[in-house]
Amino acid sequence: MREYTRFLQRCFRLSFVGTKLYKFWMLFLSVVALIGLNAWAKQAVGGLATTGMTDQVSWGLYIANFTFLVGMAAAAVMLVIPVYVYKNKDLHDLVIFGELLAVAAVTMCLMFIMADMGRPDRGLHLFMRFNWPISVLTWDVIVLNGYLALNLHICGYLIWCAYNERKPGKAFYIPFVFLAIFWAFSIHTVTAFLYSGLGGRPFWNSAVLAPRFLASAFAAGPAFLVLTLLVINRFTKYDVPRAALQTLRGIITVALTINMFLLGCEVFTEFYTDSTHAASAHYLFEGLGGKHALVPWIWTAIALNTFALVVLYSPFKRRVVFYAPACGAMIVGIWIEKGMGLIVPGFIPTPLGEVFEYVPTLNETLVCFGIWAAGLLLFTILVRVTIPVLSGELTKNKLYSTDSFS
Amino acid sequence: MLARPSTRRNFLRSGVQVVAGMGAFVSALKPLADFDVDTLGGVEGFLQKHYKEMSADDMKASLARIESDVKRRFDVDVVARDIKPVDGVEFVYALNLSRCVGCRKCVHACVQENNQSRSPEIQYIRVLEMPKGTLDIEKGNHHYDRPTVPDEDHFYMPIQCHQCDDPPCTKVCPVEATWTEPDGITVVDYDWCIGCRYCEAACPYWARRFNFAEPTIPKEELIAKKDAAEAKGEQLEVNYLSNRPRPVGVVEKCTFCLHRTREGKMPACLEVCPVGARKFGNILDSTSEVAQILKTKRVFVLKEELGTNPRFFYYFDERYPQDSSQKSFEGMPGMPEITRTHGASKGEPK
Ligand code: SF4
Ligand code: SF4
Repeated sequence: MREYTRFLQRCFRLSFVGTKLYKFWMLFLSVVALIGLNAWAKQAVGGLATTGMTDQVSWGLYIANFTFLVGMAAAAVMLVIPVYVYKNKDLHDLVIFGELLAVAAVTMCLMFIMADMGRPDRGLHLFMRFNWPISVLTWDVIVLNGYLALNLHICGYLIWCAYNERKPGKAFYIPFVFLAIFWAFSIHTVTAFLYSGLGGRPFWNSAVLAPRFLASAFAAGPAFLVLTLLVINRFTKYDVPRAALQTLRGIITVALTINMFLLGCEVFTEFYTDSTHAASAHYLFEGLGGKHALVPWIWTAIALNTFALVVLYSPFKRRVVFYAPACGAMIVGIWIEKGMGLIVPGFIPTPLGEVFEYVPTLNETLVCFGIWAAGLLLFTILVRVTIPVLSGELTKNKLYSTDSFS
Repeated sequence: MLARPSTRRNFLRSGVQVVAGMGAFVSALKPLADFDVDTLGGVEGFLQKHYKEMSADDMKASLARIESDVKRRFDVDVVARDIKPVDGVEFVYALNLSRCVGCRKCVHACVQENNQSRSPEIQYIRVLEMPKGTLDIEKGNHHYDRPTVPDEDHFYMPIQCHQCDDPPCTKVCPVEATWTEPDGITVVDYDWCIGCRYCEAACPYWARRFNFAEPTIPKEELIAKKDAAEAKGEQLEVNYLSNRPRPVGVVEKCTFCLHRTREGKMPACLEVCPVGARKFGNILDSTSEVAQILKTKRVFVLKEELGTNPRFFYYFDERYPQDSSQKSFEGMPGMPEITRTHGASKGEPK
């Protein structure tokens, strides 16, 4: 136990140690996180009226980001599956980064939910009258928190073993890894069911929603990991095997292709049928009743994803200068597709046919940036601490560890 | 570097950093200084049980809290009650689209009766101005603004909570803060709702409203209401599940004025309707007017394909009215039996 507190203490201290660039990055994230906290405090006082949400569009940026991040969290398994199911050795050491990403992403999800609740002070009511199994939201509460616990356990255990210079006991983590694989599918599927189960919202009420969610997540999540690994490779002594990046590229290419295909299926069904149910799709892609705030967004998303897809299928994919921007473009593209392209248009027009647009306020945008910054801060610290531990530079016996970020 | 014994200067520097960090953190939270803790309902409010789990004593304490809360917020003395459903009663609404003239009197009577917030504005009833020749509500105009109604080329369709028999809204609530009462009315426990707004996304009739800010009601209005009640020898009452002033951050909706209707009165929207387009009553009583309407008129419900089984029915008069002024409330006695064979769905707004 004492060793454990010492371990945490050292991790904490370690997170303040690094190069100038690292410190600048951390300071930057901290400042943004504090600005977000300030905006959230204003929201706590003024109520959700400080956001752009209305009775017409009753979920906005918070739930959009939440949905996107559930996908990121689920995508952690895309590293785990090849390692443990197909015994791909290249990715073995990298699994932990996927799981750390999952931890950070789920934490962000929970923060976004807190920000979205009208009465976060009543959160305890969930424990007192839990409408399970009828409400899909209760399923989401279970799977998200369960996923967080699972990944915390797996990462924590592996890191703790490395710190103690022990070999991890298979029985203590392999079963959990397999459980986490199924669990990851469940978090994104359940989150898709939140929307697709609503008969009164034809835009969401589609069986293809869950597969679409999974496909886009399995593109955006690994793409984010690729960027992380490139950064690790560039700025630390940790050597990321090339083959790992290639395996990830394969996953991303397939997932993004499926995602674009499914999007095409939806677009065809909506527009060829052209019933009144397609009103939201019309609003999204071309505007409705003289309102078209989302049109530029969705076309930007499509352009970004198409760009990424073209790069991934071209010979340029081997050059980092193309590969990295493609990953970046895809992350942004999928983020738009989930938020501005899926959550918001589901509310427009309203079930009574009113076309009422949603414009996020500055305050709510700042809260979002703050949560992202806090999440990235957490992720950076986790990665920062994990690298020296895994590479054996920081263990219980090595007190004078060299700084691996220099 | 990590565990190197820190020098005094190092120590000071990290001390300064920690203090600066804490300072930044605290100043980020500064807006919370304006936070009005009373809006949260205090410790007892925090510990209050779910409506269905409250004992008689719990309810008494809760009603007392409501009374003092209204006093604090609006400086008016009210009596808070919790009126229970009556056995053998299931409420049903029927709305005659041939009569509705789109005056929106019901909208405002509802706001008055149920003490909705004026800013941000909350209204339970939406009246759509529909072009003749369609029943597709997506074609309706929500924001029609005419010096006089009705307009020749349109008919009018008020929409409010349909008190579904199979409501999607209660299904999705993660904490069972909303449910359907034995008399068919879907209610919200404003003290239990966590404000996730999932029910708002789930309702196919856009019947739910959220309190994005602390609701405001003009004090003078409540005082005037109280005076009016006292003139009749009554007190100003508010009801737990319906018209008590709401807290911030929770969802609310039409309750068929259950504080009135459970005591035998008609809903406020019905009473105010100048043309008698609204009919309300107990469907389990076969002699009630609504039971008759459901039996004899060709009623329909909105979005029937969704399987929500609304308790809110629409119908058109199937007879030509004799005189177009249509002042009478009580059906149209003595009318010739002319059944329309064509164009019934186009409606007769006059
Ligand atoms: S109309 Fe909407 S709010 Fe009313 S019971 Fe049906 S689903 Fe619930
Ligand atoms: S907003 Fe309130 S009533 Fe509606 S689903 Fe959430 S907790 Fe339940």
